Amino acid sequence: MTSLSAQWLDRDRRRLILEQSAIGDTVYGVLTTVCALIVPALVVAIAVAIFAAAWPAFSKLGLSIVTSSDWDVANGHFGAAPALFGTLVSSAIALIIATPLAIGVAIFLSEFSPSWLRQPVGFLVDLLAAIPSVVYGLWGIFVLIPLLREYVMPFFRDTLHLGATPLFSGPAYGPSMLAAGIILAIMALPYISAVSREVLMAVPRSQREAALALGATRWEMIRDAVVPYARSGIIGGIMLGLGRALGETMAVTMVIGNRPEISASLLAPGYTMASLIANEFSEATNDLHLSALMAVGAVLFLITLIVNAVARWLVWSVSRNRAR
Amino acid sequence: MRALNTIALMLLAVACAKDNSSNSTTASSTATSSGGVDLTGAGATFPYPIYSKWFSDYAAQSGVKINYQSIGSGGGIRQLSEETVDFGASDSPMSDEEMGKAKGGPILHIPTVLGADVVTYNLPGVTAPLKLTPEAIAGIFMGTIKKWNDNGIASLNSGVKLPSSDILVVHRSDGSGTTYIFTDYLSTAVPAWKTAVGKGKEVKWPVGIGAKGNEAVSGQVKQTPGAVGYVELAYAKQNNLPIAAVRNQSGQYVAASVAAVTAAAAGAAKALPDNTDYRLSIVNAPGAESYPISSFTWLLVYQHQKDAAKGKKVVDFLNWALTEGEKSAPSLDYAPLPSDMAAKVRARVATIDFNGAK
Repeated sequence: MTSLSAQWLDRDRRRLILEQSAIGDTVYGVLTTVCALIVPALVVAIAVAIFAAAWPAFSKLGLSIVTSSDWDVANGHFGAAPALFGTLVSSAIALIIATPLAIGVAIFLSEFSPSWLRQPVGFLVDLLAAIPSVVYGLWGIFVLIPLLREYVMPFFRDTLHLGATPLFSGPAYGPSMLAAGIILAIMALPYISAVSREVLMAVPRSQREAALALGATRWEMIRDAVVPYARSGIIGGIMLGLGRALGETMAVTMVIGNRPEISASLLAPGYTMASLIANEFSEATNDLHLSALMAVGAVLFLITLIVNAVARWLVWSVSRNRAR
Repeated sequence: MRALNTIALMLLAVACAKDNSSNSTTASSTATSSGGVDLTGAGATFPYPIYSKWFSDYAAQSGVKINYQSIGSGGGIRQLSEETVDFGASDSPMSDEEMGKAKGGPILHIPTVLGADVVTYNLPGVTAPLKLTPEAIAGIFMGTIKKWNDNGIASLNSGVKLPSSDILVVHRSDGSGTTYIFTDYLSTAVPAWKTAVGKGKEVKWPVGIGAKGNEAVSGQVKQTPGAVGYVELAYAKQNNLPIAAVRNQSGQYVAASVAAVTAAAAGAAKALPDNTDYRLSIVNAPGAESYPISSFTWLLVYQHQKDAAKGKKVVDFLNWALTEGEKSAPSLDYAPLPSDMAAKVRARVATIDFNGAK
């Protein structure tokens, strides 16, 4: 008797647990769905708000916002081409500097580093991502710019005699496209290296062993077996770094010189879209000015969207090629 | 030994508790007398140091708490126009178009204190203050004067050994009242500047690099030999920057000081009609003592206050600021209004009504 009732009790309890878990599943499912929908909804809401606010400028000025180089608030001219140029060029410089460095760091940490060194070095590189951008900006003003002005720029211009080339022409005052690119490189580096390190470490042991078994040296193994295997992940990391560089505002504003002019020289001051908005938004009262700043924001939004799309496509095409 | 320690700790704890309780009673008594925030304002960052001193002094005296967000003149004007704050603050007067958009009706401009811009420079070896005319300043900032030993500067500074180095112009990159005052002055004093550049919180600079905020401009100037820039007087005074003496309308070279700025306001006030709305520029003011690159900063309030209780508090505060407040302005390197002008402004404050009633 007792055993039977115990069985019944057991069955009841089991059903109860089952029902409870079913309710739990539903609640949990709904919750996660809501979370998953809120974020894309936010993105859409932000995009709609920006484009709506930018619409007056687009309809009045048309494409001249991105094609004209004349940004003259007092006379109602809003051509942000120099800022668009500056955003793209400073980010490109950042990637050119940061990518080899970051991949070098990642390869060292995953392949060569003794295990006692791996943790602290990795931690310190990751720490670069935690430094607030205004601190980078201050460092840029007080350390990087004097260094560039006193040593680096004269070295390129006079010692290497590159002053005659357009890339290094003009006076070297310090705040410049080069300074912005270097700051952005340091800021983007931890993103690229962290992602690259993780994907390199995730390359299966068999891959390495196979390469070594075929008589590859350590370097050949890394070049031919490990890095190609991790390529799509590394590209993803680079794109993450690029996203960081494109949107960075404060540190760039502090070192780029904020001059809305397109110059071929790396030593000349420039402007970026993010700094333009940060500089002018708080004091903008004129409706067209505000709308033009929103339009610049919309263009920046579009560019980051395009970068992300290109990154996805690159990762996808690389992994498809490998699968073949 | 351990027992002794415990006793000592207990004694300490009791003492602390006593301390705390007495503190909390005083704190709560002041809190009840003043309540929460009574007025909110938003706007200019330039007068923020003196305003925050005023608000805390005023709260201590009258118990009226004022919350001020220094988000920039543009933001202040927008928020006042949308009626989300009780008063705004701006470094440049609102245009008729902006005034027309305000939802709460006519807006009064109440000048509070004066600020000034100074020209600061980095010339190693030059110890005497540089003398500059408006034409020389305009030439430097337009790029027509490119070297320090250019005749346009050297002829004004006989006896000073000027280097032959390039001039690096540093200007503000963010929209600011400081830039407005500077370009307003150059537009008024130099016709060529008016046509080539014009005036505004941000303009299209013919030369130079932009830096965000007074501190970045002065930092860039300090670091770069041959650099020149403009910053607020208060900022330059507090950081002991080298500043140029500027030739005023009467042909005198005047170094910026609180007294010279107040003198400029007094000079400009003489020519003022009685029905002025105080949206006036005092750059290039007459008077031998006047420093020419100076300007009012304004509090912006609606003439017809919809909330009588709040409206009365705003008026009381304005009257306090224009009397008691003015006295503390020089301590923070802001120039007070000339006293007869402050009295006239108070008469203007008296025109504010509450729901149609005074």
